[in-house]
Amino acid sequence: MGRMRSLLIPGVDKKLLIRDALKVMPDLARRRFLTGGASLGALTLLTGCDVTDSFSADNLLTKISKFNDAVQALMFNPDALAPTFPESAITKPFPFNAYYDLDDAPEVDGKTWKLEVRGLVDNKKPWTLEELYKLPQVRQITRHICVEGWSAIGSWTGTPLRDFLKLIGADTRAKYVWFQCADKDGYNSPLDMRSALHPQTQMTFKFADEILPTAYGFPMKIRVPTKLGFKNPKYVLSMEVTNDYKGGYWEDQGYNSFSGS
Amino acid sequence: MHWLNAVAIFMMITSGWQIYNASPLFKFSFPSSITLGGWLAGGLLWHFAAMWLLMVNGLFYLVFGLITGRFRKKLLPITPSGVIADTKAALTFKLSHDDLSKYNNVQKLLYSGIIVVGIVIVLSGLSIWKPVQLQYLTALFGGYDFARYVHFTCMALICAFLVVHVLLALLVPKSLRAMIIGH
Repeated sequence: MGRMRSLLIPGVDKKLLIRDALKVMPDLARRRFLTGGASLGALTLLTGCDVTDSFSADNLLTKISKFNDAVQALMFNPDALAPTFPESAITKPFPFNAYYDLDDAPEVDGKTWKLEVRGLVDNKKPWTLEELYKLPQVRQITRHICVEGWSAIGSWTGTPLRDFLKLIGADTRAKYVWFQCADKDGYNSPLDMRSALHPQTQMTFKFADEILPTAYGFPMKIRVPTKLGFKNPKYVLSMEVTNDYKGGYWEDQGYNSFSGS
Repeated sequence: MHWLNAVAIFMMITSGWQIYNASPLFKFSFPSSITLGGWLAGGLLWHFAAMWLLMVNGLFYLVFGLITGRFRKKLLPITPSGVIADTKAALTFKLSHDDLSKYNNVQKLLYSGIIVVGIVIVLSGLSIWKPVQLQYLTALFGGYDFARYVHFTCMALICAFLVVHVLLALLVPKSLRAMIIGH
């Protein structure tokens, strides 16, 4: 959440800042803020944290989530393929899902759109859709699992991301590939390099053998069947190979960053 | 161990209800006032934090119970005739509570059952969490979608157990003392 990040001022103590902010908050908002923290009390009791400091419980949950990132990275087997399914298993209609209505989905002009390539790569030349369509493509029928719990099986066709990364001379020792998208409010999401290099991770141009419709992310989606749905960005504008953790739209709001499946 | 487990179970169930509400399996949702986490992301953070407490504490309990022979001593044998006799005695309030360290047949059955349910809920939970990395486990539970129902059913069974468990503990007050001081 860019909003939160822009609130952080270097050299300013976050806790003091929040304490000051609390004083000027209207009463109702303050109460809601505090009860949110108070419900974390059970865990603070358990760990012997300072119960009066509700932020330590929040911090603890964030720390455990980071620990869970590490555990999931350990569990991740780069050779384990996500299960694939027969044609008959495809979910019809495949659900559209976003934090906005389909009417508000970005309409990208495929004729002028270019995929920007940035960061630790040899060749930073932008790619037109026409150029990308010429790359070898493969098809997969895999299960998309949403962080909300539902799942749906779809058929995606496109170029393995690892082939493209090789083509542009990406430094695959870097930690992340960071995607920026055309969704309103600027969707973005980091993908750890090992997942980016997974054989099924795909730059997707087709859904059910048809050019990717707007609902599913035209002109390009990144399909990562080893991740939850929100780690499969749609309407991709750029990718950056980087060692910095740049955060993501949902990740910054508290969703677990690795979110592997 | 019992009270750590109680805290863990409480957090897992209430945060689990929060997660359930994001994509309900049935035509009902849990009132948000009895869920933990405030919204889906919060519920997930709690669920995946409390799972460590539940699993580590539960693992200690299982290993301890198996190694010391506590399970064998306290939970076995369970005979059908014993269960029927003790159920009758319980319903007519004739069950003896003189020696709380000895479980009757109904207790043995319920406690063994809930241990099995506890194991199944953890395994089905893992299979929902990691349907790719642990895909053989997920397949064992009938695939991702079916595993969600298994996980939910185990939660419902634990809730039902808790109602009976708490009610009976309150009916036999001296058992509460035993639970708190440990013997």
